[in-house]
Amino acid sequence: MTIDDRDRRPGGEPRRMAPKPGARQTSRDLERYAGLFAARTRVMKSSAMRDLMALTERADIISLAGGLPDTSSFPAESFAAIMGTVALDSTARSLQYGPTEGLAVLKTCIAEVMAEEGMTVDPDDVLVTTGGQQVIDLVCKTLIDPGDVIIAEGPTYPGAVPTFCSYQAEVIQISLDEDGMRIDELEATLERLDREGRRPKFIYTVPTFQNPAGTTMSLPRRRRLVEVARERELLVLEDNPYGLMRYEGDPLPTLYALDGGDFVIYLGTFSKILSPGVRLGWSVGPRPVLEKMNIGKQASDLCSSSLTQLFVAAYFASGRWQDYVHSLREIYRRRRDVMLDALAECLVGGRDEFRWTHPQGGIFVWVTLPDYIDTTDLLARALDEHVAFVPGRAAFLDGRGASSMRLNFSGVGEADIREGIRRIGEVVREQVELYGTLTGSHRIVAPQPEPAPAPADQQLADVLHLPRPPDRRRQRPGAREG
Amino acid sequence: MTRVAVLKGGRSLERQVSLKSGARVQDALERLGHDVVGIDVGHDLVDRLRAAAPDVAFVALHGRDGEDGTVQELLEALGIAYTGSGVSACIRCADKVLAKHHMLDAGIPTPDFFAFNETAFKELGAADALPAIEERLQFPIVVKPSGQGSALGIKFAAAPKDVPGALVAAFSYGDKVLLEHHIDGRDLAVSILDGEVLPVVEAVPREEDFYDFEARYVIGRTEFVCPAQLPEEITVRAQELALEVWHVLGCRGFARVDLMLGAATGELTVLEANTVPGMTETSLLPLAADAAGVGFDALIARIVELAL
Repeated sequence: MTIDDRDRRPGGEPRRMAPKPGARQTSRDLERYAGLFAARTRVMKSSAMRDLMALTERADIISLAGGLPDTSSFPAESFAAIMGTVALDSTARSLQYGPTEGLAVLKTCIAEVMAEEGMTVDPDDVLVTTGGQQVIDLVCKTLIDPGDVIIAEGPTYPGAVPTFCSYQAEVIQISLDEDGMRIDELEATLERLDREGRRPKFIYTVPTFQNPAGTTMSLPRRRRLVEVARERELLVLEDNPYGLMRYEGDPLPTLYALDGGDFVIYLGTFSKILSPGVRLGWSVGPRPVLEKMNIGKQASDLCSSSLTQLFVAAYFASGRWQDYVHSLREIYRRRRDVMLDALAECLVGGRDEFRWTHPQGGIFVWVTLPDYIDTTDLLARALDEHVAFVPGRAAFLDGRGASSMRLNFSGVGEADIREGIRRIGEVVREQVELYGTLTGSHRIVAPQPEPAPAPADQQLADVLHLPRPPDRRRQRPGAREG
Repeated sequence: MTRVAVLKGGRSLERQVSLKSGARVQDALERLGHDVVGIDVGHDLVDRLRAAAPDVAFVALHGRDGEDGTVQELLEALGIAYTGSGVSACIRCADKVLAKHHMLDAGIPTPDFFAFNETAFKELGAADALPAIEERLQFPIVVKPSGQGSALGIKFAAAPKDVPGALVAAFSYGDKVLLEHHIDGRDLAVSILDGEVLPVVEAVPREEDFYDFEARYVIGRTEFVCPAQLPEEITVRAQELALEVWHVLGCRGFARVDLMLGAATGELTVLEANTVPGMTETSLLPLAADAAGVGFDALIARIVELAL
């Protein structure tokens, strides 16, 4: 025994502070605030994950976790000129409140953007919002009572999860495969809900280059989804931030275009084609729904920023906005290719041991690892190696996704993408080998050696564009899926 | 008026918790009339400490670098007085395995355990010993990283097939892992301030299966009972054990000792000791101090006084 005598009272008991009479049972701060919080503030997202994710923003980490577009290529002089135009030509107006539904001049630009994807809209039918995120919020605000069902994809856009939770919705997630949402599973789920006497209030989908999976809903499935919506009179919220960020393949008609306006609420945004900092998005959809959303928006923020709306309008007027989109597309396409090549080199395994999607556009790749690896724990390890990604659990509300991860390729340069994937490959390999040791199935997994140099004429090609021999992927076992 | 540098943030996985603890400590110090400098520790820590020239450093860093003796060693080198335990106590407490060995040697009850580092598995074929270990410990087995706080990385194995995955997960947080027999029972925390034990706090998670990260830090997720509703002899025994741990591990200033009261056995066992316990709104040491009539500001004032 090593208890110091001075810590004992004469009777031999340890010195201790007695609780004061009538001691309250919780600390003042807890009482003051916790008892007041509304039920809707109970968020489902893990706060451990949130704290881990906060670490991914450190400057010394290669973060493949963000969803940031590359804004570094926007020319400073253009920015200054446009702001100057707005300041001089629309001084009072840009500093003033505007109508809740948005400035007419911006709605014309929005109609132009939608026309670029084959949709014709009357500018008057557009609701301008503060970012695309606000559309998700307003749709929930308009449609969702606590306990109402929302159908979403599984995985789904992680940013939608807290919004759904804040309206206390019950979210049912439908699996994805390489052609997007499994419509057969959707229909079976709707049947089951029917039998339970329940109807979803809406179906939330990101059909094109989905965040996080990178998958695109095939045309037959789009048609079927629109049919199902009509048959059952269900609303569909189509979230399309990346439609114009296509690197290969042919554009598909949006659900909105296929539907004709009765059941699809369309969500668009300037974040990925121009700037997320301007905080501007929009919605078009069935008029009665948009009217309610308008009222909900007014109650939220009165109106979106007049200053940024005029900035975007001036930007559209000053030149071809499509050129900037094209240049971003080029940058992202190369980065996507670098990432996919790096994955193929660094995650080499047996059949289907490591799988990842092959996005035809957008800014994310979704990787699935063996199910004994938990990507939340893996992230803790990866941070030690100064690389970060989004653990797959963030995209689910039901505990799925634990062995998947979302990788972003728009936010970092090509060299960092290569190095980041290399580091991820190492920590994954470490865990695979450890698991093998622990279960007696010893395996050493080595990175794929560099492929043989291309024939002479191909070597003359621009190295930045990483020429891809057409059938290289099919020859490599265990590589990409989707 | 004393100049106090509050060291918080840092690069451990508990950075966000530390920022919260640090912010509350800073507020309290300001209310107490001290001259406060908040430092989010990073590469420039030494420069910033030299520039601030504090009379004392309040260590509000949790986990790696802050609770394991690293920053304490640095402060010793710079000759700056600091709050809480010294280097050796921090080293002993931050490594749960080391702490448990000290407890075992002193006859302090702690759950039966085995500890391994990764090389034991890679180089010595320790995997082949897993069945024997599982037999000795009996399921359910809790697998934890030896050096990680806030319940991060803790996994439960109900059967042999769960163990490899749990080990892989725990090894994500460090290279030493602890396997313990999981004791079903009540989570008790005994905090100590300058050798005086505070009222026992019981943490009762409302929704989570165990007192995990969510239960610890999300307001409303856990019911805290202080003083814990326990038979008097259990309370006294818990406090005695905590004080023994305090002395065996050489703690100083303030600390929190976590114990389990086994449901089946009615026995108390010590899980671990923490030399930089949390100071957030849901943290247990401030709660216990409050129940003893020492409000948060008074608690912080005392801790600083002890360091000077």
